[in-house]
Parts: sequence; structure tokens; C-alpha cells
Amino acid sequence: MRKLSEGRVTLMNDKTIKVDYLARVEGEGSVFVKIKNNEVADVKFKVFEPPRFFEAFLRGRNFSEAPDITARICGICPVAYQMSSVHAMENAFGTCVDGQLRSLRRLLYCGEWIESHVLHAYMLHAPDFLGYQDVLELAKDHSAVVQKALKMKKIGNDLVALLGGREIHPINVRVGGFYRVPAKKELLPIAEKLKWLRDAAVEMVRWSATLRFPEFEREYEFVALSHPDEYPFNEGRLVSTNGVDINVKEYEFYFREEHLPYSNALQSVLKERESYQVGPLARFNINFEKLSPIARELAREIHFVPIVRNPFKSIVARSIETLYASEEALRIIDEYEQPEKPAVEVQPRQGLGFGCTEAPRGILYHRYRIGENGVITDAKIVPPTSQNQRSIELDLRHVVLENIAMPKEQLTWLCEQSVRNYDPCISCATHIVKLDFEP
Amino acid sequence: MNYIVNASTLIIGIGNEFRSDDCAGVAVARVLRQMHLPGVNVIEQSGEGTVLMEAMTGADAVYLVDAVSSGARAGTVHRIHAHSEPFPRSFHCYSTHAFGVAQAVNLARTMNILPARFIFIGIEGKNFEQGEHLSSETSSAIQKVTALLSSEILSLANNNSELML
Repeated sequence: MRKLSEGRVTLMNDKTIKVDYLARVEGEGSVFVKIKNNEVADVKFKVFEPPRFFEAFLRGRNFSEAPDITARICGICPVAYQMSSVHAMENAFGTCVDGQLRSLRRLLYCGEWIESHVLHAYMLHAPDFLGYQDVLELAKDHSAVVQKALKMKKIGNDLVALLGGREIHPINVRVGGFYRVPAKKELLPIAEKLKWLRDAAVEMVRWSATLRFPEFEREYEFVALSHPDEYPFNEGRLVSTNGVDINVKEYEFYFREEHLPYSNALQSVLKERESYQVGPLARFNINFEKLSPIARELAREIHFVPIVRNPFKSIVARSIETLYASEEALRIIDEYEQPEKPAVEVQPRQGLGFGCTEAPRGILYHRYRIGENGVITDAKIVPPTSQNQRSIELDLRHVVLENIAMPKEQLTWLCEQSVRNYDPCISCATHIVKLDFEP
Repeated sequence: MNYIVNASTLIIGIGNEFRSDDCAGVAVARVLRQMHLPGVNVIEQSGEGTVLMEAMTGADAVYLVDAVSSGARAGTVHRIHAHSEPFPRSFHCYSTHAFGVAQAVNLARTMNILPARFIFIGIEGKNFEQGEHLSSETSSAIQKVTALLSSEILSLANNNSELML
């Protein structure tokens, strides 16, 4: 494997790396790194924070509006917002959604994972490993690869559109279930596409294992949902690799948010141990045994088994999850029987509700207080990217420290790649980053 | 060049109605849809690039309308023929989409799947803050673009009808 830095560290002039525009990330974010006397003097990963607007926007709205409103927070992971919001509301009301409706929710999430993971792995992250500036450059040399990626992503989009009513910002999700559920025959055409996708995903996993990864590791605390019977989407306890094992409703006892002056986004940290990592690597490390047999076998084949601590290898975890999602989608469709009703009855009541589901980028926490007549009086939304911010900053610090002799242009790219490892959805906290160098 | 306006003319309005002037493309699309222009399909999208590429597959002509932030005066209307003019880098940098409009158009061109006629209309926004606060400049530009596009499409349709007689 290529080492991050080669040769001895030499004395360098003090320098500052500022990436004001982080390319190939969803939304906008910036990086600031100051090097002084061969030490990393300062590191900042800056984002701006739209979810705070939505938290305020939700107050005074009816509980039933939360899925549609929160879906607007993100164009890449609207299903995740809808799922976390409906689960939080159902938690508040004591509503249980089970059986085929529960399966349909997992199926919908499969679609989102597929389209999000394929987009990131092939279009946004792969260029880093292959030495291309962006997917345009990649497409000039590898048009077939990009075409295949587009075809894979489209299947994910089609699945979301089929169940959600629309590819972006689905309209079919509601508290209690759906507005309409498909007949079995409606799912059969996409099942054929998913079979192709499954095979393509196997190739994707093997391809991802051939990439050259920088040698870099840190001792992360990984956090993810964990369920006794399945690889998690919507349900489970919150578990970490350092001993956290809690009900979702205890989230705010263990995690807190800090407002840093240089970023409009709140950074989420563990109260006892500060930074933690959520997302595909976290899920993979915690829930490996819950992957499908084929996915586990393939992971072992490429020597990719827990605990994986190299963040650059998140592309492998995304590839494995793409395979899992295609298999899980096929299983759900195979076992599907159209439920009698598209939703269970919901009896709103006053109180607090907690929801936490696994967005493609990691756990997405929602908490609502419901007042009289089902009106939202308070809301809290913690996206996965804000939970990864501290980890991203620490990665940057260590990556730069270990490569301090690297030419500035190369080091800057490595910093950007380090951020892209997390597939940050900064439009869940959005503003464009511009590159700005100080001599 | 003579151009046939038929059922494969697509108008795509891009935007987010909860980000103030970013709603411009969607606003134009909604007005044009109500006009029921002959042989024209109108859709709205959030601007995610790969979905956009799929949407324009099969269309002979595409008019894509989106808000931009390039530093020009608010309310400026930009028009780009995608086959003959590259997207300015300033449009690229200020897009709110990860793999967005500019990237999708450029990738489609690279892969030779860009529709034969592709016109991008960019409306220079003033305010992209969260909320529904449409600036007066953008509002005026929306009306202007709506009138221009409907006139152009109807004119092309009339010209083609004459050619076919």
C-alpha cells in the first residue's frame, strides 16, 4: 500500500492550507489548516447549518407535516429524514408499525442507500483513488465504468420513486406507514433490475478492494444502531465500539452539541470521550455478523473484516453495503404480501418522541415535543455529518502531521480526500467552500 | 437551423422552494406547465445531476432553468447553448448540488448523450438563505424568463408548422 509520507520530515516554511471550496461533497464545506514550525497549529472544518432553520420551521406545524418538511433538508437522503421523523412521532404516540409496512420502510431505505452509496463511491470518491480531478476526467478514460455507475444509481432512484412516489423528496411516507402500498406485481420489474444490480455490486466490492489506500489509521469510537436480527436501517439500540449501549431516547444524555465560533454548524460529541464516527464503517464494524452471507463471504475474500480503522477504506464499506442493500431489497420483495391497509391508525398525544435511523452517512437523530392537537412545539435534528465533524477535524490534523513534508498542492488534495472519506452531506449543513491559500 | 418542436421537448425547472431565490427554476416551470405549451413536457427537479441526466434521456430539446450565483447583478438572466458554450466555472462553484447541473451537463456531453438542443437559463439570485424570501430582482427575472421561453417555443412551433405545410 502506498504510504502517506515518504522520506524524512524536513523543515518547511510555516504554511496555511485553506480549502474554501471542497469539491465533490454534497453541499458546501471548508477546510483550514495552519502549519507552524512543523507542527499542526490549527485545524478547522467549517460548515453552515440549515437543520437549525428546519427545527424552528417545524414549530407550530402539525406532526403529520414533519416527514415532508424534513425531507427538504437534503436532496440526497430525504428518505432518512422521513424515516427518523416518522419513527420519532410514532415513538411519541406509542404507535407500532410492523409486518409488511416495516419491511416496505426497509425496502425504501435500500433504495436510498443504493443511490447514495453508488453516487459517492463512483462519482465523488473514486476519482481520488484513480488520480482524476473529477468524474468528468474519469469518464473520458473509463466511460463504461461511469455508465455502469449511472445505471446502478438509477435502480436505487427507481426503487425510491416506486415506493416513495418520487425520486427526490418522496411524497408517499407518513406517520403510521404510507399513503399507498404497491401490489406485489408492481415490485417484480424492479426485482429483475435488482438482480443485475446485485451482480454489479459484487464487482463493485472487488473493484473497491483493488484501490490504493493511504496507510492511515486512528483509534475511532464507532457509533451505529444495532439490532439483534438485522443489519440496521430504522431500528435498534445505539451502540459504540467503546461500550455505549443505549436506547435511542437516551441519546442526549450521552451526546452533546457544541457551537464553535468558526462554524455555523453544531458539532456533536460524546460527553465522555469527544469525537466519534458514524456511517458505513461504523455500521460495518459493529454489525458485520448481520450482513447477508454473500456480503460477509465477499468481505472475507477481500480481507475486509472488523475492525477497520482506515477512513480511506470507507469506499469498500459503501460497496459492501450496496451489495447488502440489493440483496435485502430482493429478499423483501420475494417475501412481500400487500398489506390490507397502507398505514396503521395513529392516535396523537402530547409528549416527547425520539427517532434514530441509519442515513447513508450515519445515524440521524430526531426528537420532537408534541403539544395539543398534534402540534410540534419543539424539534431537534442531529444529522450524521455534524456528528462526524470532530472526527473529520482530527483526521485532518493527523493526516497533515504525518505528511507535513508533502508538497502543498498534494497535501491539499489529501486533506480534501480526507473529508470526502466521510461522504459529508453538507447540504444538511450547507454552504459552498472556496479554496483560499495564504503564502 | 430548423428545429422541430414536438413531444420530446422538455422543460426542467431546478430548485429548492425553501431556499429563497433558489426556487427560481421551479417557479418558472410551474408557470410554464400551466400554459400547456404544445408538445412540451415540464418537470421539476432538485438538481441532483444523475437524476437530471436520466430525465433528459430521449428528449430532442431541453430547456433547463435554475438559479445561479456567479457574482453578476441579481436578476441577470444567463443563456447558454450547452453544445457550443461551456458552463462557466463560477456556475459550477456556486451550485448547491454535489453532483449538480453543470457537472451533469458536462458529463452528458463527454459521454455523447446530451440532447441535440440544450439551452440552460440561469437566473442570478440575490438571496439563498433558508426560507421563502424571493427577492424582487429574481421575481422579475422569473416573469421575464417565462415570457421569453413561452414565446420562443410557440414561435418555433409555428415556424415548423409552416415548414410542414
